[in-house]
Amino acid sequence: MQLSFSPDDEKFRSQVAIWLQQNLVGEFAQLKFRGGPGDEHMYSRERKQWEHKLAHGGWVGVGWAKEFGGLGCSIEQQVIFNEEYARAGGPGRVGHIGEGLVGPTLIAFGSDEQRKKYLPGILNGSEFWCQGYSEPSAGSDLANVKTKARFDEATGKWLITGQKVWTSLAHESDYCFVLARTDPESSAHKGLGFFLIKMDQPNIEVRPIQQLTGTSEFNEVFFDQAECDARDIVGQPGEGWKVAMGLLGFERGVSTLGQQMQFQNELDQIIAIAKNNGTAKDAIIRQRIADAHVGLKTMRYNSMRMLSGGEDGSLQKEALIYKLYWATWHRDLGELAMDVIGQEAEVLSDGPYELSRLQSMYLFVRSDTIYGGTNEIQRNIIAERGLGMPKEPRVKG
Amino acid sequence: MNFSFTEEQKMIIDTADSFLADISTSSAIRSAMETPLGYDKAVWARICEEMAWPAMHIPEEFGGLGLGGVELVAVLEQMGRYQLCSPFLSSACMAANALLVAGESHQCAEYLPQICSGELTATLAYAGINGGHDSSAITAAVTKRDNNFVLNGNYRYVVDGDSSELLIVAARDPKSVGDEGVSLFCLSCDALGVKTKWLPTIDQTRKQAEITLTNVILGRDALMGTQGDGWPQLEKVLDLATIAVAAEQAGGAQQVLDMTVAYTKERQQFGRPIAGFQAVKHQAADMMVAAESAKSAVYYAGCVAHEAIHGGPLAGELNEAASIAKAQCSDAFFANASTAIQLHGGVGFTWEYDVHLYFKRAKSSEILFGNASYHRERLAKKLLDQG
Repeated sequence: MQLSFSPDDEKFRSQVAIWLQQNLVGEFAQLKFRGGPGDEHMYSRERKQWEHKLAHGGWVGVGWAKEFGGLGCSIEQQVIFNEEYARAGGPGRVGHIGEGLVGPTLIAFGSDEQRKKYLPGILNGSEFWCQGYSEPSAGSDLANVKTKARFDEATGKWLITGQKVWTSLAHESDYCFVLARTDPESSAHKGLGFFLIKMDQPNIEVRPIQQLTGTSEFNEVFFDQAECDARDIVGQPGEGWKVAMGLLGFERGVSTLGQQMQFQNELDQIIAIAKNNGTAKDAIIRQRIADAHVGLKTMRYNSMRMLSGGEDGSLQKEALIYKLYWATWHRDLGELAMDVIGQEAEVLSDGPYELSRLQSMYLFVRSDTIYGGTNEIQRNIIAERGLGMPKEPRVKG
Repeated sequence: MNFSFTEEQKMIIDTADSFLADISTSSAIRSAMETPLGYDKAVWARICEEMAWPAMHIPEEFGGLGLGGVELVAVLEQMGRYQLCSPFLSSACMAANALLVAGESHQCAEYLPQICSGELTATLAYAGINGGHDSSAITAAVTKRDNNFVLNGNYRYVVDGDSSELLIVAARDPKSVGDEGVSLFCLSCDALGVKTKWLPTIDQTRKQAEITLTNVILGRDALMGTQGDGWPQLEKVLDLATIAVAAEQAGGAQQVLDMTVAYTKERQQFGRPIAGFQAVKHQAADMMVAAESAKSAVYYAGCVAHEAIHGGPLAGELNEAASIAKAQCSDAFFANASTAIQLHGGVGFTWEYDVHLYFKRAKSSEILFGNASYHRERLAKKLLDQG
């Protein structure tokens, strides 16, 4: 076991840190620590400009292979980039779906034409993507998508009809990748297609969902015969599930240490408040704060193990537990924040519904244990893939 | 950065796994735990001769193999999985570390090679009859008479205290309190005025004892380090021992999970294996989260422990890493062992099935060197009472 980074990696670290220090200034200084889950609705225009700046500096596609225009960085360097980005207070990435999901998917499964058409816009920070997976009747049961794709022989285009939901940043996006049923007779994993769809067309309507935070960063997206060029299906009709699952595998956890740095910021704020208002003397609060500290350190060690294993990219046991672990930890942190703040926790800084960062965190973390696979689904996955216990019975029909 | 085992370390783990599967069977554990000694001498001799485990982390100059803290926690994890009954924790992790950290070179030269070879068993006694894990726990008194030291006092909860041949004890100057005035001594269990008494315990696989010292006279050569300055060294030894117990706990947490998964896959109710029910699967999933997290915390602590002894940038994290590991592993092992009984159903409640052995070891290990609450409070002091 070797816990430190190599001298080359440390050099890379200081390059990243210096660039951020020199560039996250001026008009961008107000974006520090803004955006991201729970704050995604803030500064979207300015954060897009920041994406452009980042791209200009060469920091988009850090983990992509060089032949596709990336930096070709090792896992360690990707971790370092994310860590330094979070340390500097780098704003939540509007471009993360394009960079982290669409790019790697097109590199793995896309055609040369698709790569030529879409990768440059992601790499230069000018085109943004959203994800069209969930539907009203396809949440945990993602394979139950009802959105239909019909090939129109007359125009030579796919026509997409249906509804997607929980689509982050849909109103800010140029493109959406959509899982839709190409074979109307099919069910479950079969007969799906993976489509790249331009958002700016009359047949698509985006409606924001007002969350329990009072703000909106998720949307409903309605497709009514929305057009998709025949060349913009990734893989063959019927191969959508394979592509969709491959995409989920690209999240190798390189951003986890950066995410933990944000968690550390939140915990530090809570500790500062506890010291200030005297709750730091309360025996139960002391136990809970220490427990949060133990949990966050352990999260770090878990992800270090996750990042060190599986050269072949296979999911390790540590990777299986990661989502359930961080989501549950973060949800508990929200409750701790409120209990430490005390009576003042209820009071808003301004009407009608102006939440402080910690109040907003406390409310938003209720979604952590739901999106990206609920805690219940995570436990099924852990039991089935990690422990080899029997799969959930499926209803035939 | 590479937070995974090397090929060589994986080999050590595999060897430990198959050796322990062979010698620490259910019937072996049960016959060992019923004896006052608590372990099988012939098996302990094999562990020392064939596996050389007590020698693992001892420097070569004292007859050891000079391996690191990571190898040590990795093997301890396997011992915890198989609930090995042995004086390894007391001799190799408590006493040997006390010698390494605080011992004079002549003491190290005399005792460490014997501990490595298995000729000598040893333990560490520090807490008085009220127990405790910090310096206030030390109540035995040391006074000076002529050129000698005179020790008086009681120790309780001493691991293998009734069977160890060499005792390392902490005693304090009269009227001293807290971290001040603490000294460490080594003495033979046969020394005049030493009385040991076995304490029957719920967990029969780890023996505890009470030790009484009555006017025990020791020469200068029995003193370890400087008189009165022993606490920082003892604290370090206790942190290292804490990490060792945590490593065993991580192994235990994994083992009860494996036992539970195997059992629930076999046990049929309502016409199918109970492992197929979500109520069972989800509890097993939580057990896996606990076991994997326990291991992560222990592996990190193993790296820190290594540097705490041999030097390195992580050395200063010993306190914190020990508390994190012990808090994480105590909760993980106990929660997993309780769930294991629940998911085994009625048979989990029997003496015949092994689950209760782990359940009992989980509680005794939790108490040893401070439970999760104790260690969280230790962390809270750092987080909340400074600055």
